[in-house]
Amino acid sequence: MTRERTPDMEIPFVDVAGSPFRPPRRNDFAAFEYTYKAEVTRVHTLTAMETLYEIQLLDPEERRRFSFSPGQFVMLEVPGIGEAPFSISSSPLRRGAVELCIRKAGSLTTYLTKVPRGIRVGIRGPFGTAFPMERMHGENVLLIAGGLGLAPLRSAICYVQENRSRFQAVDIVYGAKEPSQLLFSYMYEAWRQDDIDLSIIVEKAGPLWKGPRGLITKRLKEILADRDHAECARNMYAIVCGPPVMFQYVCDQLNVYGIPMQKMFVSLERRMHCGMGKCCRCNVGSTYTCLKGPVFDYWTVLNLPEAI
Amino acid sequence: MLFRVFDQGELPILFSALTARHEVIGPVEAGVDRHGKPFYAFEPATDFRALRLAYTTTKLPAKRYFLPCREDLATFRTSGSDWSKTVEYNVDRPRVFFGLHACDINALNKLDKVLTGGDYPMPWYAAKRRNMFIVGVDCEPQPSCFCRSMGADTALSGFDLFLTGIGDRYFAEILSNNAYNLLRGIRAVEPGEEEHVLYRRAVAEKTRKYTARVDTTDLTKILDMEFESPVWKSWGEKCLSCGSCAAVCPTCYCYGVEETVDIDLSVARKTKTLYSCNLVDFAQVAGGHNFRPESHSRLKYRYYHKHRGFVEAYEESLCTGCGRCGETCLAGINVPDVIASVRGEGGA
Ligand SMILES: Cc1cc2nc3c(=O)[nH]c(=O)nc-3n(C[C@H](O)[C@H](O)[C@H](O)COP(=O)(O)OP(=O)(O)OC[C@H]3O[C@@H](n4cnc5c(N)ncnc54)[C@H](O)[C@@H]3O)c2cc1C
Ligand code: SF4
Ligand code: SF4
Ligand code: FES
Repeated sequence: MTRERTPDMEIPFVDVAGSPFRPPRRNDFAAFEYTYKAEVTRVHTLTAMETLYEIQLLDPEERRRFSFSPGQFVMLEVPGIGEAPFSISSSPLRRGAVELCIRKAGSLTTYLTKVPRGIRVGIRGPFGTAFPMERMHGENVLLIAGGLGLAPLRSAICYVQENRSRFQAVDIVYGAKEPSQLLFSYMYEAWRQDDIDLSIIVEKAGPLWKGPRGLITKRLKEILADRDHAECARNMYAIVCGPPVMFQYVCDQLNVYGIPMQKMFVSLERRMHCGMGKCCRCNVGSTYTCLKGPVFDYWTVLNLPEAI
Repeated sequence: MLFRVFDQGELPILFSALTARHEVIGPVEAGVDRHGKPFYAFEPATDFRALRLAYTTTKLPAKRYFLPCREDLATFRTSGSDWSKTVEYNVDRPRVFFGLHACDINALNKLDKVLTGGDYPMPWYAAKRRNMFIVGVDCEPQPSCFCRSMGADTALSGFDLFLTGIGDRYFAEILSNNAYNLLRGIRAVEPGEEEHVLYRRAVAEKTRKYTARVDTTDLTKILDMEFESPVWKSWGEKCLSCGSCAAVCPTCYCYGVEETVDIDLSVARKTKTLYSCNLVDFAQVAGGHNFRPESHSRLKYRYYHKHRGFVEAYEESLCTGCGRCGETCLAGINVPDVIASVRGEGGA
């Protein structure tokens, strides 16, 4: 690239920021396409559709620098195949590595199901807003997930486990279509051991299923029925992750039991091609999901036209 | 701001001083339409006589020079399962834009706000923008122009030199050192009170010629109130979801990204393609869910982004009032009519 200045009058010189591989800094050109090179270090099949990938950054310096909060997402890139946003499913304490729980949905996600461990991928991010875990210290927390919604929620669950003494009662309500679709089943025992009340409810199940059947809202009703509304309003937070139809039913119900909408957090999914507020694909009305979200409080969501 | 006045006969000298060293893009005649009227395009120009500085709005904006329709964001060299990534900003020389109208300069100013601002300035755009030299010229309002309603009829920044015709002379506004030096190569003098009067008269005369108008009073509020208004449905029924309006719009910048592998398999590319929010899969996500499946919801979104969201973020709308989208739309959908109908004035 020419860096020559034109000698006299006239025009600007070619003034392009130099090396593209500099550490990302605020307002630095190179931040835009900055990719952490990483390796798929573990592949764990969860269900027929979902696989958990452990991905570690290669550079030790970058590993130290890379950190995220529960609820944030990364862009995962396989050169020549594609790039897509995925919520981080792992504990924020683990520096330099993320776990992504990925459902087979298209070209990139299908490619990933076929690759052996050890392939090199690119990670951009982390991007977006996070669940305000610190604000919930000292309070009761209700963690609600439907289907793949457990992927972002798991990061919050890890946080709760690691800081269990900072929270009062913690309930997880997790709903799925059928037992074969339940994610992270190997974790359930550990959650219960950390004094987290886990209830699982499925819509359809064979005779072997001993647990409750139905929708999440049914289970929520049972949990919340004997609680004092004023109490809920004062010291209860909720995080709700799942398909958009779920938000409305679940959040409205929570509101009936007294939890203020500002204390309910949801994670929205939109199409995303940059993660940095430039491509506009993620807009809800005029709000960028990648910058102002994906985590929103429910009151904000209600005020966004077309959000749910 | 510094001002100069010079004879129109000096302009070719100024032009050749620029073409001597640089690529110069300017308005040239590109053909005649079915009414026998010429239409124009921004093309590289080397001959002053090919320039049409009295041109009417070009069909396509100058966007392709700073926001190309397709652009590689990165290339990857792959070997085995390993790869290395190279990011190129695709700029190797400065470019001169000779003869942009105020609306198109304002389009750049609006794009600057979103693309060069925030935590992640967009390097491909910013690098090209930094390496531009812009000479603006005044214009003759056309029936489709409503830039005055959008506050984009004059450019206050974002150019190097702006020329307004006053009789057989030009009244020049100078915004950069480069432009100042350039004017030293011709005979130009400081304007006096007489030229100030002529300039104000020229501007007042232009202002009188606008016919199209958009009422932007309280528009953000009205758009919120009328989100469910039936007029959107009736516009949506007309819209072909072809995306032409975004393609010709000087301020539309939305895009998609895709990755491909070159034939020899050792090079992969990440390519950005400008997209249009009117295209059907703009907001479709994995699992097949589409957040805006109907054409009316997409059309409405385009107006919301430009006239509401952008205003909220930057206190100006993402529309310059150039009128290109209305001129291009086969369904006759244009900003003044759409906004008027949303305001309940005039039918859809
Ligand atoms: C904030 C966020 C968090 C997410 N977290 C997870 C997660 O934890 N686990 C998970 O399995 N999935 C998650 N997704 C969805 C995931 O991004 C899509 O599954 C992925 O984009 C599909 O990529 P693909 O290349 O396999 O599909 P493609 O072959 O590209 O396309 C298949 C389908 O996916 C849609 N699609 C394409 N690109 C995108 C995109 N960039 N964003 C959304 N949809 C797209 C297309 O409309 C098409 O219908 C998340 C999405 C967002 C926005
Ligand atoms: S408004 Fe007109 S130009 Fe735009 S997508 Fe619809 S039919 Fe095409
Ligand atoms: S929306 Fe239409 S009138 Fe406004 S800037 Fe774009 S093309 Fe011009
Ligand atoms: S993902 Fe590109 S703007 Fe949000």
